[in-house]
Amino acid sequence: MTATLTIAGYGLREALRRKVFVVVCVLSVAFVVLYWLGTRYTFHHVGNVVPPAGIDARTFAASFLFGMAMFGTLFLGVVLAIFLTLGVVRGDAERGLLQPLVVRPVGRSTVLIARFLGAAAVCVPYVLALYFATMVLTHAEGSWWPDRIVTPGLELAGGVLIVAALSLLGSVFLSPVANGIAIFMLFGAGLVAGLLGNIGHVLNSHGLIHAAKIAAWAVPFEALYQDALRAITENTSGLTGFLLRLGPFGGAEQGGLGLRLWALAYLAVVGAVAVAGFQRRDL
Amino acid sequence: MLLRGVVGRPVDRAPVGHAALRLERLAPLQRVDARLRRFGDRSFLVAAWHEAECTLGPVAAALAVSGLVKRYGNVGALAGVDLTVERGELVGLLGPNGAGKSTLVKIACGLVRPSAGRAEVCGARAGTRDARAALGYLAEFFRFPGWTSADELLELHQRLVASDGGMRERGELLDLVGLTEARTRRVEEMSKGMQQRLGIAQALVGKPQLLLLDEPTSALDPVGRRTVRALLEELQRRGVSVLLNSHLLSEVELVCDRVAILLAGKVVAAGTPGELASPRGVEIETDRGVAKYADAVREDVPQLIERLVRDGCSVFGARVLTSTLEEVYVEAVGGETQ
Repeated sequence: MTATLTIAGYGLREALRRKVFVVVCVLSVAFVVLYWLGTRYTFHHVGNVVPPAGIDARTFAASFLFGMAMFGTLFLGVVLAIFLTLGVVRGDAERGLLQPLVVRPVGRSTVLIARFLGAAAVCVPYVLALYFATMVLTHAEGSWWPDRIVTPGLELAGGVLIVAALSLLGSVFLSPVANGIAIFMLFGAGLVAGLLGNIGHVLNSHGLIHAAKIAAWAVPFEALYQDALRAITENTSGLTGFLLRLGPFGGAEQGGLGLRLWALAYLAVVGAVAVAGFQRRDL
Repeated sequence: MLLRGVVGRPVDRAPVGHAALRLERLAPLQRVDARLRRFGDRSFLVAAWHEAECTLGPVAAALAVSGLVKRYGNVGALAGVDLTVERGELVGLLGPNGAGKSTLVKIACGLVRPSAGRAEVCGARAGTRDARAALGYLAEFFRFPGWTSADELLELHQRLVASDGGMRERGELLDLVGLTEARTRRVEEMSKGMQQRLGIAQALVGKPQLLLLDEPTSALDPVGRRTVRALLEELQRRGVSVLLNSHLLSEVELVCDRVAILLAGKVVAAGTPGELASPRGVEIETDRGVAKYADAVREDVPQLIERLVRDGCSVFGARVLTSTLEEVYVEAVGGETQ
């Protein structure tokens, strides 16, 4: 346990010293400020809009904007997770950074778990901070709260953790550049699958819905994101709720407990495969 | 199999090789030693200084490798290597590029898995936690994170090996490699030579029983090499076993107890530098010049001098010539420079 914490702390200190936190904080503040300006202008004008009958313009605008902020939060969290983990094994081994650590009596699985925990210790608070900051700003400008407050944030953080785990797994087998590209493409593919699912719901295409469902569960960060989007307008009914769930920033797919359990199992499987691959790898 | 006997004064600080022991107060126990040796060629008497108590027992070699084979796909890196580094022994590993030296060292420290054969570090299978706890390693191509200071790096490794040496150990190690002044300097602000010396200090964290050094002087200037040589001699005095992989034959010849030459994944020559050297004649300096006797050996020197004196020559000196390690090496590898 001490070794795990030592290596996790080492990863955190590296991020701190390499000014990762400074860059991330500055850019995140810029993102939050831009979001605040966007919501301010939107709600300033939304009072003048006369929506079609059955649509609550303020709720629609607020949940649409917050859904967009959730996408931004997920994207930034994923970028952070990938860059913190994409070279943990092969990248560090090629640079000669890994060998001095691995020959110590700590075990390769410890190194991998510690690096995952280090990334999680950065990414989870980051995602939650952005999520709650944008939520508070949405409420401040639009007097709107999402239907579920905490769960969607946790699901976003869970999605980012899954991407971090996949990136760690990729780092065992791929060079950092190849791994980064692969994980970003996987992330993009997941998002496209989610959008296709939304379109499938609009068109009532069972084929599209089915394909999107399979893709979303194959990469459960997307399913978690969809479930988080759905949760923020869970109790919004009528035409407003219907339109929101058509997307792109409203989820039509309900995950529920099964999804969360699957996400945990997925993390465990990805972790086990990564550890097994790392154990067999010559350095 | 463990025997304990009380002695009046420290025998030595750490487990050391049989030859290094001061046995004058353990004479009655030499019989035990002889019995222990019967348990196998790796069993020998070991004295460990522990609160005025001497612990005796058969102890495995620091590194024991037998029939070691490693293949990377169709490429064979090691083709059945047998090598032993006894406790307190400094063994030099020589060979051309691609001979398998680094692979052997990597298998010993668990970075590479062997295809066949056995490697043990202090009795534990190479790569296991116990084996890794007993060794220190400096890779040929290593890098430390540029953002850490020398002190922080050593502290990190202290935590990983659960060393309780604290600041005192770190200070001693930095002093040992001549980096006391650079204690708070970041790695990225250090020269390559300083980083290499820091690498040696890092390998020594936690007082390892076996030190595996893969080209530790490749980036050092002559003064730096001298520092490392002095350091190796100091480690030898402390009873630390060392496997030194180096291309610098003069260095190996100066400090190593034994040398093994690897070629195409096999040990082609092994022994002490003296054993490996072959006689190259005798040179005798006289008032008429230097006389060389190509076929003569050490035992012939008195007769040769007597004959020269009888012939009226004044003899100033005699030198027995042997091949240098470089000549032995070139002979063993057949000029191979892959």
